Amino acid sequence: MIPVTYARVTDTADAVSRGAAVGARYLGGGTNLVDLMRETIEQPTALVDVTGLPGSIDDTPDGGLLIGAAVRNTAVAEHPAVRARYPMLSRAIVAGASAQIRNMATVGGNLLQRTRCPYFYDHDGSRCNRREPGQGCDAVGGFDRSHAILGTSPSCVATHPSDMCVALAALGAIVHLASADGERTVPLTGLHRLPEDHPEIETVLRPGELITAVEVPPLAFAAHSTYRKVRDRASYAFALVSVAAALDLDGDTVRDVRIALGGVATKPWRAERAEDVLRGQPATPGSFRAAAEAELAAARPLRGNQFKVELATRTITAVLGGLRDELTGDQA
Amino acid sequence: MTISINGSAEEPPDDPRVSLLDYLREHLGLPGTKKGCDQGACGACTVLADGERILSCLALAVQYDGRSITTIEGLATNGSLHPLQRAFIEDDGFQCGYCTPGQICSAVGMADEVQRGVPSHVTADLSAETIELSHDELRERMSGNLCRCGAHNGIVAAITQTYARPAPTEGAAR
Repeated sequence: MIPVTYARVTDTADAVSRGAAVGARYLGGGTNLVDLMRETIEQPTALVDVTGLPGSIDDTPDGGLLIGAAVRNTAVAEHPAVRARYPMLSRAIVAGASAQIRNMATVGGNLLQRTRCPYFYDHDGSRCNRREPGQGCDAVGGFDRSHAILGTSPSCVATHPSDMCVALAALGAIVHLASADGERTVPLTGLHRLPEDHPEIETVLRPGELITAVEVPPLAFAAHSTYRKVRDRASYAFALVSVAAALDLDGDTVRDVRIALGGVATKPWRAERAEDVLRGQPATPGSFRAAAEAELAAARPLRGNQFKVELATRTITAVLGGLRDELTGDQA
Repeated sequence: MTISINGSAEEPPDDPRVSLLDYLREHLGLPGTKKGCDQGACGACTVLADGERILSCLALAVQYDGRSITTIEGLATNGSLHPLQRAFIEDDGFQCGYCTPGQICSAVGMADEVQRGVPSHVTADLSAETIELSHDELRERMSGNLCRCGAHNGIVAAITQTYARPAPTEGAAR
């Protein structure tokens, strides 16, 4: 038995002071950490409960939003400004988990949730480089249907499970961090690391560093955005493929576009190659598909998840087509 | 501080690792809240924290110090069943009954979410201020509660009878 201390903090200075201790973990809603502690994958000796830190959703001077890390997922999804200005973010959140879990889970915790790769969870029976560095990976060559096709390495093919992060990647969100050394920001797309040779190092966070807020920059055309999630059952399942997208048209031409993918990559995956290919092109199914194919050209499918390449391509094409139809009034 | 459990002030556990679920069942002798999967996949352990539905298996009891928890044992008032409890009996909303406390607590929390306009995965219009608890909305919003007996039709009927506005024409109500 490993003794654990618990402290509820109310200011960031106290939090980062306690969080710097060896064995300390920040505790949000507990929906991932409590489960991982039960599985003995996480073995903290000190829990620093950061759900009592100031948490609100506020307008930024430039017209974006600043979302406190302690804000619950439900509170983000239901916020009028999020629904009106960043509908893909509301849609991504309500596509994830269950209502009970969304009521508990915090924004900061969502960003730092760990993979649901079954080999990562199978502490006693499987090898996992993410859990035990250098041990090997039983997912490769195993039951790999749910695993990643983008951003993988021979060390790790586990997907990042978050839906919310996919929308935040598309929106160009900025993560605010604090530590005893001060404050800094990193782009959401730079928060999570590719596994490469060290899948156990999942983020660029320094020891004891705390996520304090997520900033969503202004993006007028994000008002026309959505999130589509393809999964094995209609609700309450992790994504096989998900797409967050926003589209901006100049007549029949794509002026700007944002695309990010979930369920297919080792981190929240901003599809910058597809975006680059599509800007300036006619807003047609052919262009949408070509952009999707350009992104998926980098895919490295495994034995059991080759279907994800075509599924992702088709889902991107369909989502962009739907956004175009909404903008041009082709259909409701 | 203390945790309010169905209106009764209780001391939180000394060990911070104790889940709210184990605290309710093992420390306080309130076995109405059920342990199904103990990993956040089934919803059997759903309780209300300050009126919001949560999973007590993924909650550490100490985190709820100072807050108010309602379990299935706390829904009846003055010995009279909650209307949703009566509806579950009338509509055969269970067979073995193991998921039932979680289903009922979840539906009570869900009704509040619908009332305040929280969107769901199937809500077509995110700008809508009011949400009609349609069949699809209800099923999506209750998807975090599994029933392995397959009593879902009765569960949907009971929740519809209790919380959905009467349909203008003959609906699914029975």
